[in-house]
Amino acid sequence: MSGPNTDYDPVEVTPLHAEEVERTRDEALKAFTEAADLAALQDAKGTHLGEKSPIALANREIGALPPQARKEAGQRIGAARKAINEAFAGRLAVLEAEHEERMLATERVDATLPWHTPELGARHPLSLISEQVADVFTALGWDVAEGPEVEAEWLNFDALNFLPDHPARQMQDTFFVEPAGSGTVLRTHTSPVQARSMLTRKPPIYVVVPGRVFRTDELDATHTPVFYQVEGLVVDEGITLAHLKGTLDHFVVSMFGEGLEARLRPNFFPFTEPSAEVDLKCFVCRGASVGNPDRPCRTCGSEGWIEWGGCGVVNPRVLQACGIDTDRYSGFAFGMGLERTLMFRNGVEDMRDMVEGDVRFSRQFGMEI
Amino acid sequence: MRVPLSWLHEYVDLPAEVTGRDVGEKLIRAGLEVETVEESDLTGPLVVGKVLTYDDEPQKNGKTIRWCSLDIGKDEPQWVVCGANNFEVGDLVVVVLPGAVLPGGFAISARKTYGHVSSGMICSSSELGLGDDGTHGIVVLEPGEAVPGDDAIELLALRDDVLDIAVTPDRGYCLSIRGVAREAATAYGVELKDPAGLRLTGSGQGGYPVRVDDAAACSVFVTRTVTGIDPKALSPRWMQKRLLASGMRPISIGVDITNYVMLELGQPIHGYDKARLSGEIVVRRATPGEKLMTLDDQTRELDAEDLLITDDSGPIGVAGVMGGASTEISDATADVVIEAAHFHPIVIARASRRHKLSSEASRRFEREVDPLLPRYAAQRVADLLVDLAGGTLEADETVVDTHALPEPTTIRADHSARVAGASITIEETLRHLRSVGCTVEPAPAGAVPAPLAAGVHAPATEVGGDDLLSVTPPSWRPDLHDPNDFAEEVIRLFGYDNVPSILPPAPGGQGLTVAQRRRRRVATALVGAGLTEVVSYPFTGAADFDAMGLPADDPRRTTVKLVNPLSDEEPSMQTMLLATLLRTAERNAGRGATDLAIFQTGLVFLPKGESKPAPLLPVEHRPSDAEIQTLNDALPDQPLHVGVVLTGSRTPTGWWGKGQPVSWADAVQLARTIASAVGVEPKVRNGEVAPWHPGRCAEFSVDGKVVGHAGELHPKVCQAFGLPARSSAVELDLEALITAGPSSIAAHPFSSYPVAKEDVALIVPADVAAAEVEAALAEGAGELLESVRLFDLYTGEQIGEGKKSLAFALRFRAADRTLKENEVADARQAAVQVAVDRFGAVQRVG
Ligand SMILES: [Zn+2]
Repeated sequence: MSGPNTDYDPVEVTPLHAEEVERTRDEALKAFTEAADLAALQDAKGTHLGEKSPIALANREIGALPPQARKEAGQRIGAARKAINEAFAGRLAVLEAEHEERMLATERVDATLPWHTPELGARHPLSLISEQVADVFTALGWDVAEGPEVEAEWLNFDALNFLPDHPARQMQDTFFVEPAGSGTVLRTHTSPVQARSMLTRKPPIYVVVPGRVFRTDELDATHTPVFYQVEGLVVDEGITLAHLKGTLDHFVVSMFGEGLEARLRPNFFPFTEPSAEVDLKCFVCRGASVGNPDRPCRTCGSEGWIEWGGCGVVNPRVLQACGIDTDRYSGFAFGMGLERTLMFRNGVEDMRDMVEGDVRFSRQFGMEI
Repeated sequence: MRVPLSWLHEYVDLPAEVTGRDVGEKLIRAGLEVETVEESDLTGPLVVGKVLTYDDEPQKNGKTIRWCSLDIGKDEPQWVVCGANNFEVGDLVVVVLPGAVLPGGFAISARKTYGHVSSGMICSSSELGLGDDGTHGIVVLEPGEAVPGDDAIELLALRDDVLDIAVTPDRGYCLSIRGVAREAATAYGVELKDPAGLRLTGSGQGGYPVRVDDAAACSVFVTRTVTGIDPKALSPRWMQKRLLASGMRPISIGVDITNYVMLELGQPIHGYDKARLSGEIVVRRATPGEKLMTLDDQTRELDAEDLLITDDSGPIGVAGVMGGASTEISDATADVVIEAAHFHPIVIARASRRHKLSSEASRRFEREVDPLLPRYAAQRVADLLVDLAGGTLEADETVVDTHALPEPTTIRADHSARVAGASITIEETLRHLRSVGCTVEPAPAGAVPAPLAAGVHAPATEVGGDDLLSVTPPSWRPDLHDPNDFAEEVIRLFGYDNVPSILPPAPGGQGLTVAQRRRRRVATALVGAGLTEVVSYPFTGAADFDAMGLPADDPRRTTVKLVNPLSDEEPSMQTMLLATLLRTAERNAGRGATDLAIFQTGLVFLPKGESKPAPLLPVEHRPSDAEIQTLNDALPDQPLHVGVVLTGSRTPTGWWGKGQPVSWADAVQLARTIASAVGVEPKVRNGEVAPWHPGRCAEFSVDGKVVGHAGELHPKVCQAFGLPARSSAVELDLEALITAGPSSIAAHPFSSYPVAKEDVALIVPADVAAAEVEAALAEGAGELLESVRLFDLYTGEQIGEGKKSLAFALRFRAADRTLKENEVADARQAAVQVAVDRFGAVQRVG
């Protein structure tokens, strides 16, 4: 390595010649361009940008020049180095992109393949619809009330004005609990929870009661001895049949869509007076099938309305048995079968599918109904 | 109640062209449950024919057919083939001609049969939609009833729609043409011709002797006597047809007339053969040991509570339920004693239930019959016997009547409007009350409104200036007594559709309860783990307990039993969900779903040991808290459980490699999942209980109380339920877990200093539970320990028989500093020391 030389003739220092610098630069650029892959590029980088590369050597010679020559040589070398570095970076980017592309291409999989972790299971649609109903009413500020399934006969019947010798009590097809005369039954409806709510809460009472109930029916396509109901009860000052209608209309819209409504038809239930059947405007044809044989509707049987449940103004005798002041308070109640609701809402054709526990039934719904 | 439209027409001036469907629609809106409307699909030509000739032609198949010529009012005779032989030349028959359609959609055309071209056919009763008349042949009309060529549809009133109405218990009066006609008249706004509006010809005294010993049970008893009837007389065709359309078989003239009048008026009637009665009729309760052979030829033991009709021979009928065989009308009866009575509904309801005998009569008496009807009904029966069977009606009549007619009720004139929340005027209220038959007058001065519930509490008296009405219900509406009963009548006639729709604003609620939210989370977690929720019936029995291998003295065999189970094999309510969930798994397996992951939540029913019956408390006031407590005390415990059954593969074999069969560990892990979904960390130890494999069962407990088990099912249980080997299951008391969940969780700060990791391998006796060793390490490591996790389990030669090696990863961290090496080493040593002391653990090196 040559030391500083005061009488050094710059023209004599070959690496700093302009044409030599250009040649060095061009050789480097050529080598980078010709590098076929990242390894070749790294090799070329060592040759043309490494510590012993011509451009690095030339750079080192600058210091040996007389001060007046250094500036010009420095600029020349600097420009060349910049060009070489840029060429390297440019080529590196190209080759890296090519490399990544090749690599991603070779890693391609069939993403439609299945995997071994368990798939999401499914809720039973009866649970889902119970929860949906509960949500509709909790959104209104109601509570969700519950009660036992083996229930005191008094709460299942007497408190609800089903008196012992009344035909309505016999029509309930009750499962009695041993020993005979135990005074306990499998609840035939969710209504004992009405009585329980009135006995344990103070008005205003706004409760919705989903639950499982029992009647001695044989299982067939439309009957099951074990089924689910949902029931609502309101006891407050000034409650009227109009409030019942408003609540049912809201319920219908929440469950079946905008623009639908409930219709009441007079009927008889011991625990309500007046009493009514609740019909739901057909959410499929919206009544367009009535008297229109060209557009029959399977959901409502071209009736335009679907029978949904029962309801009424709470019989003051029930309020009285449950300790509610009938001079101050009145109430309404309603109840629907959830199996039946699923049958017409979701097109379930056979009751047995709903109660036999075949996983295929639940799985077709997943977590939505 | 089946109601032929033609019968309604007789008493209501309905529009002539009205169809059964129209009437049905109107009655539904008025509150009758019209279940079906049977519309006749019959179309003619259907004519009366006179048999001119016939030839009996025996056939190869053993039958004999008749080749008949008939006069149907045309120039040429009509030739038809007939399979029946209950007619003679000159008889009038009903002939259906080609082009007609018979009930059920049977189209008639001329067709070749038995070597002839039959141009139509001669009809039987059932072919005409009249039901089986018992002749096993064709209908033969009475001579002179018609002339050949007459339209038989009109003659026999064949095209008659029939409404089938499910009568609710409060509308007993609608178990009659009279009652339905009244509703139809109101619905159409036309007059009712009351079928009971008859002229009474009886003298009110001197009839067949009657003594009523129990006036509370029998408040009216009327007899009329008709002598000299022709017992062989046939009921007229119109009567037979209406009986058939109403679902009753014609039997004999006497019986048919009593049935007909019952259907028409709603008053059950009993006819006695006078010759077979002996002495005074006495209405009394039975004495123990008495027996009666009823009309259905069954001998019935009578109960002391049964109300009887008796004569000198003893019981001759269970009042209001069924008559006795010894005095029944037969085809030799000439003199008939007609009984029309009023019995107390509860007396009849109980007798009917006691004898498991529901008759047309008992169904009506149970719902209470119009107490004013007996005399009119007896008159109507007597008139018909005279007209149709040629009898003579005696003027002598027995009338025992102690019935008290309903008292008026005082109600606010605006009560209906207040119940409805609708503007119903007082004029409308009066009109509607009167149209249901009520008598309405202004209440007398000083009257106060009746209490809303007929109990003990005082009526509201703040009404003051409001108009009060005094309303007396009609005799046929015993169901009307409370103010709301009258309100219902007014509102239904006002129209439920005219009541406005107003959503009542509830006070603010608090949403779901903690327990309700936690239940949802458990279900969501299980679904996330791939399980499918199912439902099953809660009924179980010894077969299920045996299949689950429960020992004979297992407390879970002590169940809540049903008096009237669906199946005698399953008389019990489940004491564990698996009893029924395993059956569900079995059913799925039987249907080819052998890889199964199912769960259910539901109540189980645990008897409380000795419990007193739940009393039937009074309903006139709220029971005391102590009384309510006795109701609850009588009930079994009913905690909510969750059950899981896993069978077959937990993960399938696939392109990634071999799948994982279900194992005990999956079940245990799911139990942990359930617990953590409700924020509970249960204590787990090895358990041993049916139906699980004795060596592969984890017992879960919370606060020292066992809350359930998880693990592999006993091989015998898998076999008994037809499930794949190694099927696994969980059953947990979800209610206990939910209750044990935290009320709220306080956040802890976490350290940002580095973690120090230490691994520890310990050799312990094979029967030491990993969870216990882990707990020992945690206890010994002290508060610097951040976590401990088992990462390896080894058994084998290197460590010797009866031993296992458990490897744990320990992580240490301090809240306020980087731990020094010696601090970590000390903590590690302290952890190991507890395991050494407690289980004789030996550290494994290398
Ligand atoms: Zn529709």
